[in-house]
Amino acid sequence: MNIHEYQAKEIFREYGVPVPRGEVAFSGPEAKEIAQKLGGDLWVVKAQIHAGGRGKAGGVKLARSPEEVEKIAEEMLGMTLVTHQTGPEGKKVEKVYIEEGADIQKEYYLGMVLDRSSEMPVMMASTEGGMEIEEVAAKNPEKIIKVAIDPTIGFQGFHGRKLAFSLGLSKEEIRPFIQFAEALYKVYMDKDANLIEINPLIKTGDGKFLALDAKMGFDDNALFRHPDIHEMRDLSEEDPVEHEAEKYGLSYVNLDGNVGCMVNGAGLAMATMDIIKHEGGEPANFLDVGGGASAQTVAKGFELILQDENVKSIFVNIFGGIVRCDRIANGILQATKEVEVNVPVVVRLDGTNANEAAEILKNANIPNIIPATDLADGAKKAVAAAKGEL
Amino acid sequence: MSILVNKDTKVIVQGFTGKEGTFHSQQCIDYGTKIVGGVTPGKGGQTHLGRPVFNTVKEAVDATGATVSLIFVPPAFTADAVMEAADAGIDLAVIITEGAPVKDMMYAKMYGTKKGMKTIGPNCPGIITAEECKIGIMPGFIFKKGPVGLISKSGTLTYEASNQVVKEGLGITTAVGIGGDPIIGLSYKQLLPLFEADPETEAIVMIGEIGGTLEIEAAEFIKQNITKPVVAFIAGQTAPKGKRMGHAGAIISGGQGTAQEKMEALRNAGVHVVESPADIGKTVAQVLGK
Repeated sequence: MNIHEYQAKEIFREYGVPVPRGEVAFSGPEAKEIAQKLGGDLWVVKAQIHAGGRGKAGGVKLARSPEEVEKIAEEMLGMTLVTHQTGPEGKKVEKVYIEEGADIQKEYYLGMVLDRSSEMPVMMASTEGGMEIEEVAAKNPEKIIKVAIDPTIGFQGFHGRKLAFSLGLSKEEIRPFIQFAEALYKVYMDKDANLIEINPLIKTGDGKFLALDAKMGFDDNALFRHPDIHEMRDLSEEDPVEHEAEKYGLSYVNLDGNVGCMVNGAGLAMATMDIIKHEGGEPANFLDVGGGASAQTVAKGFELILQDENVKSIFVNIFGGIVRCDRIANGILQATKEVEVNVPVVVRLDGTNANEAAEILKNANIPNIIPATDLADGAKKAVAAAKGEL
Repeated sequence: MSILVNKDTKVIVQGFTGKEGTFHSQQCIDYGTKIVGGVTPGKGGQTHLGRPVFNTVKEAVDATGATVSLIFVPPAFTADAVMEAADAGIDLAVIITEGAPVKDMMYAKMYGTKKGMKTIGPNCPGIITAEECKIGIMPGFIFKKGPVGLISKSGTLTYEASNQVVKEGLGITTAVGIGGDPIIGLSYKQLLPLFEADPETEAIVMIGEIGGTLEIEAAEFIKQNITKPVVAFIAGQTAPKGKRMGHAGAIISGGQGTAQEKMEALRNAGVHVVESPADIGKTVAQVLGK
C-alpha cells in the first residue's frame, strides 16, 4: 500500500525526520489560508497523487503570494496529471499540499528498500538528487551508494558515515545527516515500510537537511498491526476493479489485450498470460482466483473480466489439486447462470477428476463453452476465439 | 534417493488442530508421511488424528524425535512458530502460511540460520518426495516417481510442470515449492547442489517468475557447479512494470527482475529455457533423450 507525500511527511515529523512546514488543502481558499498561516514570501503547491514525476508534468509549482497559492491550487485541483509513472490515462488531483519555500543549497537522493539478495533493508544515497533515480541507476550506477543494515544490530554510526563520506559531506554536515538517516531507518522498521524515497533530500543554506519530497510504501501483510497506516489508504488512487477483486479474495490486474484469463495460482496466472502472447494473442488481465475456485469466486471472476469491454474471449485455466475438477466444472456452469457471459469461454481443467469434469462440460452443451485438453490447446482456442476464428 | 525428505522422515505439524492443519495433516498421513505429532499451545496431552498433541515444539521433538516441522500457524504468529522450531532443534521448517509480514520472516530466517535450521517458504505448497513423503498442501497423486527434480516459486505451476513430466512417461524425485515472497528460505542456489548430488535425479526443472534476482544468481551457480541438464520456465514475460502479480515478490521494480533478463542469464548458463509453459514436459523428455 502506498500513501501520499503529505501523509508520509506526517509520519516523518512524528519520528523527528526534518521536513518543511506544510498542510494539505482540498480547495483554493483553504490553500490560501494555509499559506497565510505558514507565513513567509515563498510557497510550493504540490499535487498529491501516488506517482513520481509530478514536477515535469506541472504538478509542483512555486507561488509568491497567498493569492497566487489560491490560484495555482484551483488550477491544479481536478486536473489530470500524466507522468511517466501514471500511465497514459493519468491521475486526477483531488488534494494539494501547501508547503513553505526552502532555501536549497544542494539536492541529494536518499531511499530505503528491502534488498532481497542480502535479505536486509538497504539505505541508498546519491548526489544526483532531484533526478530520475532509475535513470541514474541505469546510466551511472556508481553514483548510488548502498548500505545494507543488519536489523539485529540496527542503524549504527558507521552506516551513516559510509553514506555521508561517499556523498562528500563536510565535517559539520556529517552529524545532522547521520541523525536524519537514523530517524529514517526507525520509520522504515517501525512502520513495516517496504519503500521510502526522499528525492530530493536537500541541504539548506544554514547546513540543515530536509526531506523536500517523501514517498512511502508498506508491506500489505503487516497492515493488520498498523491501523493508523491502514487508515491512510486512498481508494481513489486505486483501480476500482482491482479493489473490488480484493474484497472477494481475488487478485486482478487490468491489461491492454482482449483475451480474459481466469486462473488459480499467481504463477500459473502469469504463465497463462505468457502462453496467450506466445500463441499470438494479448491477455486482457491477470486474475488469480486462489486455491479454492468455487462457483462464487468463478462467478465473481467472470464479472470482473467482463467489466472490460475489450474482452473478446475468456480462457479459464484451472489446475485442480485438492479441489476436484468436477466440482470446479459445476461451479463454472453455475456461474454462467448467474452472470451473463456473452463471449466464448475456453475451459481447460486438469488435475484431480479431470475426465469427469470434461464429461460434465460436454453434457451441459452450452454453445459458448469450449473445452480444451491442455494448456497449449486452451491458449490456441482462446486466441482464435478472440479473433473470431473459432 | 531424493533430497531433504524421504519415507523415514519424522514430521510434526505446528498449528496441528486448526482447520487447515487438520485437513492437510490428514492428507499427508494418507500419502504415507510419518506425521508423528503436532503442536497447539494449550492443547498438549490431547490426541488429534491419532497423534499426540504437545504444547511446545521442544516437548514434541523430545517425545517423537521429529526433525521436520510443517507450519500452518496464522500470519501474525508465523515467525514466532518458526523461531520456536529453530530453538527446539528442528532441522527443516516447511512454512505454508500465506501473508506473514516480511519483517517477521526476515528475523525468523536469520534466527533459523543461526540455529542451523533450514526453511522452505513461507507462502508455498511445501516439499514432496514422490510416493514417499509429502510435507505440504500439494495434490500428491500428480507426483509419480521418476528422474526429475523440481524447484518452483509457484504452487499450481509446480503441479502443471509435474503433470507434464509425468505425461511424458517420466516422473519426479523430489519437488520443492520455494514460494514467491520477498524473503524465502531455501532457494535455487541451495537446492540445485542437492539435486546435483542425488544419484536418482537426472534432470532438474526450475520454475521462476518476475521480481528479485534469485534466478540470476541461480544461473551463475549453474554455470559453475551443475552438470545435470536444467530446464527452466520464467513466468511473467508479459507482466507490465510496477504492477504486482499476485505474489508479494512478483513485481518488476526499477526495470529489475524482468522475465527477459532472467531467461537470458539462464540461457547463457546453458539452461534449456522454454518460452511457453506448455513445453516444460516435452523439453525435459528431449534433454533426457526419452
